[in-house]
Amino acid sequence: MQTATAAIPSSTSKRELPKETLLQMHSLMLRARLLEERLIRMQKQGDGYFWIGGPGEEAFNIPFGMLVHKGQGPEFDYLHLHYRSNAVALAMGADPVDFMRQMKNTASDPFSRGRNFAGHPSIRKWNLVPVSSPIEVQYAMAPGTAIANKRAGGKGISIVTGGDAGTAEGEFASCMIWSTRPGNELPVLMVVTNNQFGISTPAATQHGEQRISDRGKAFGMRTATIDGQDPEYVYFQLQEVMEYVRRERKPFLLEVMVSRLYGHSSSSGANFVGDEFDCLPAFEKKLEERGYLARKDADDMRAAITQEYLEAAKRVREEAMPPQEDAFTHVFEETNHVAWKKGN
Amino acid sequence: MSTMVQAVRMALHVGEDRLGVTDIFGEDVGAPLGGVFTATQGLKTTWNSPLDERGLIGTAIGLALAGQTPVAEIQFCDYAFNTIDLLKLAGGMAWSSGGDWNCPLVVMTPVGSGIHGSIYHSHSFDAQATRIPGWKVVMPSTPRDAYGLMLSAIVDPNPVMVLIPKALMRVKHAAGEEIPGEPDERTLSKMIDAPIGDRSQWVPQWPATPDLFIPFGKARMVREGEHVTVVCYGRMVRECTAAAEILAPEGISVEVIDLRSLHPYDWPMLTASIRKTGRVLYVNEDTEITNFGEHLIRRTVDELFYELQAPPKLLAGAHLPGIGLADNLEKASVPQRDGIVDALRALARHEP
Repeated sequence: MQTATAAIPSSTSKRELPKETLLQMHSLMLRARLLEERLIRMQKQGDGYFWIGGPGEEAFNIPFGMLVHKGQGPEFDYLHLHYRSNAVALAMGADPVDFMRQMKNTASDPFSRGRNFAGHPSIRKWNLVPVSSPIEVQYAMAPGTAIANKRAGGKGISIVTGGDAGTAEGEFASCMIWSTRPGNELPVLMVVTNNQFGISTPAATQHGEQRISDRGKAFGMRTATIDGQDPEYVYFQLQEVMEYVRRERKPFLLEVMVSRLYGHSSSSGANFVGDEFDCLPAFEKKLEERGYLARKDADDMRAAITQEYLEAAKRVREEAMPPQEDAFTHVFEETNHVAWKKGN
Repeated sequence: MSTMVQAVRMALHVGEDRLGVTDIFGEDVGAPLGGVFTATQGLKTTWNSPLDERGLIGTAIGLALAGQTPVAEIQFCDYAFNTIDLLKLAGGMAWSSGGDWNCPLVVMTPVGSGIHGSIYHSHSFDAQATRIPGWKVVMPSTPRDAYGLMLSAIVDPNPVMVLIPKALMRVKHAAGEEIPGEPDERTLSKMIDAPIGDRSQWVPQWPATPDLFIPFGKARMVREGEHVTVVCYGRMVRECTAAAEILAPEGISVEVIDLRSLHPYDWPMLTASIRKTGRVLYVNEDTEITNFGEHLIRRTVDELFYELQAPPKLLAGAHLPGIGLADNLEKASVPQRDGIVDALRALARHEP
């Protein structure tokens, strides 16, 4: 059986990022991984009901978050993410403690006030649209924000991410169709993070297409499938793709091969999967070889962040839960928070 | 003197001219057709979309989140059922994000039977729509209400669904219920109805109509009465009003309330009326099992039980997969004037 990873361009980057950028990337990847591992522990210890997240996707998510044109309103990027994208928000500057608050469903959870699962952030000040559990619906929304991006001028684009299994849903096709209407092409970056599984079902048993990205070709879209395991390589690839979408105001379909290091979610145990490629030690090895990072420093960082997150989780445990009457707030809004005028 | 479809068109014009509407879109909504019912002829911000209702609602959500003011049309509500997932997301955008976001969009769609629309051009959507929290749902029965409710929908910060009874699209308003500023029928038609044939050079002349906002949650008292209350909306308002006229010579005085705003709804007006008459009939076209009228009956029983003189009744569509094309099949499927008369008479004469 042909695997979907066959003949993907090598992830070896000929170009190099500055040391500071690489170390920042490493720090963010480590933080993202340790945050997910903390969230998993919180769930297993009873400080939350369900875990889902993106450990194994950091080498894609961190460069992605670093490259976002961050801000509010259609002059900036809109993010239509899925539930493996905490690292994107973290790289944009989100407070890791807020993800623990969502896990613990406290009243202080700024993403949903204790209403939604972990891994479902919402950050309006950065155009990060509420992550929702239904698969692929975000692909139907991206053309709408992209129309606004195009109208606003500037370089803002709409970036939508989802997994490989979800591309079977109709909204994946909707996004391609609505983004490529002749004369009305839209600045949408469609990303598929391909971990080759839909919960327990291997993609190869359900999908006949050789490459998911090939589907974009029928719409005249530029497409690529890349290895998502080396953040330096991903950074350059993503930068180029984003620049294309920003400049041409046309869509791009990018398929990124990633790992799923703790399975689908807590419903499948959330245990480490040993036979998947792990981007983090591989990146640390690369940094060591370049002389940018000493093993001991990496270990010390890991220990310090682990401790920091452990203490934060303990504090979150003490935060107030939403009272029952809070369930009835925000069904309807009295004011239009999303109203936007050029210049505000 | 406008028809409902002209009233919708004038409201959308006001919307894009003065209230910030950026996109009026859907299947065949743009030029040259301007909608299969002509509701969007001659407007500036219309565009034709792919034939993809899920894409339509998704794009409307995206536009709304990005500060645009979209009005999306689902060509017939019969084709909105595959969008329920996305409608739920729109309705839940504010709540799910703890008030971080809101989702101000308008969806308009023709509903109901009465034009021999067969199985898939006759569905109702009020039972479905009122089951989706976070949405405001309205259904006008007059051109003036269609105009005023549409304007309110456009400026509301929440998702609003405007259900338009397709059988009333060409019905003119009653005397005294004009939209202020609208000219006579012939003049209005010349001004805003696209010509037959080549329309490429045609430009509509919009009459100066005001910002007439009809608030949500306020019902319309169509006819005051003493003995029995009938609460209805959409096409059924005409049928219920006609039934009331038929019963008047028998000495049965029927109070007719056009709910027009289904969610939120005017419970104070319903309460006052039911307290007065002690008898209430709810009438709508949607299928009877898990019908919005059932909710209203439940609340009536919960809150007004000891003030009732008769069991509250619901007259709704039969629980069938669709409205059959043949005239007799349609008559058997949705409430008819005779049936409403019978139900009201039985309620009025019911002895506790």
